[in-house]
Amino acid sequence: MPDFQPKIVAFVCNWCTYAGADLTGTSRMKYSPQVSIIRFPCTGRIDFMLLLKAFASGADGIIVSGCHPNDCHYSSGNFHARRRWIIFRGLLDFLGIDVRRVQFSWVSAAEGAKWAQLVNETSERIRELGPFAGYQRLRGLGVG
Amino acid sequence: MNALREKARELLATKTVQVVIGYAPGSGGAARALFVREAAQAGELVFDETCLQNLAAYLMKPEVRRLGRAALVARPATLRTILQLAAENQLAESSLLALVPGADGVLSLSTFSAIEAHVAAQDNDLSAAEKSELEKFAAMGLDERREFWQEQFSRCLKCYACRAACPLCYCTRCTVECNQPQWIPVPAHDLGNLEWNVMRAMHLAGRCTNCGDCSRACPVGIPLYLLNQKLCSDVLSSFNQRSGMAARADHSLSTFKPDDPEDFIR
Repeated sequence: MPDFQPKIVAFVCNWCTYAGADLTGTSRMKYSPQVSIIRFPCTGRIDFMLLLKAFASGADGIIVSGCHPNDCHYSSGNFHARRRWIIFRGLLDFLGIDVRRVQFSWVSAAEGAKWAQLVNETSERIRELGPFAGYQRLRGLGVG
Repeated sequence: MNALREKARELLATKTVQVVIGYAPGSGGAARALFVREAAQAGELVFDETCLQNLAAYLMKPEVRRLGRAALVARPATLRTILQLAAENQLAESSLLALVPGADGVLSLSTFSAIEAHVAAQDNDLSAAEKSELEKFAAMGLDERREFWQEQFSRCLKCYACRAACPLCYCTRCTVECNQPQWIPVPAHDLGNLEWNVMRAMHLAGRCTNCGDCSRACPVGIPLYLLNQKLCSDVLSSFNQRSGMAARADHSLSTFKPDDPEDFIR
């Protein structure tokens, strides 16, 4: 599917990854334009339901990114988030949802290059996986 | 069974408790819950292999709490549930005592530490059959698993019987009732059914005591216990925590260790 342009939603924390993505831009680094960034106060705020809503709204892939361990602005939000992701990712896999569509990452405010690389690689992987037809078919069966 | 009736009679006659929550024969070969408030009524209590319901669910109901101190006929999972509710600051130690029917009479556990000691001595692991069923799932392909659950969830009516039966689904306002935003769509279509069942499972992660009442309550027979057991086993393997083991404990998803193991965050 050469002309498939994946929709990727990135849930990022305000303090590290959002600033890191900003650095990517101010450094004039070009990266895949398929990503829509949503800024959160902290990875601890990123409810698993938001990820499901992103898929339900037509996302083909998701990036969740925040501060490295020990760097959280609120000291432990990312540690709590990590526990939730460990459990949630296992549950998605158990339900037969391809966890390769959800990329978790730590990107600091200084890692503009890492952000560009992360988005490019995720975008490439989602392109290979193709549209998230399984989930979108689910959406089609419903009314909302 | 006679020992249980005798104990209930004694507890009510001495006003040690105001109500004994136990089992009585119900319809269709199942047992139903029985609230015994008069000593004379204690003879109606039964206890056998049909008595499966986790009676701890009633401890969270305001109308049951108003009855006064309760004695609860407890199965192994019921005891874990009592401890989990205590760990979530939902139960006062003075509000209940647990009656554990055994081969040689009835054990009366009146403190959380007594319940903890009893729970520590019982087998709280998933059974061999439960473990092998999870392994069977792990061996299945991704598409096979998705089709299995899609078929299961397609029968979901969103009646929320699983929520009503669950002793740990005690929020007075559930996310399901939130409509700004509408987290879970109201009609029972496949997407909303998936979202509801994921949410139910996630909100019980690290809390579920594997009593199985959600699956027994489900009118269309969705094997919800599989999701709960998967999460129980993940919480144990990742964080080395079990729910319902102590009356004072950290909830596994509200705490953390700096070195929680994962291999997928880059």
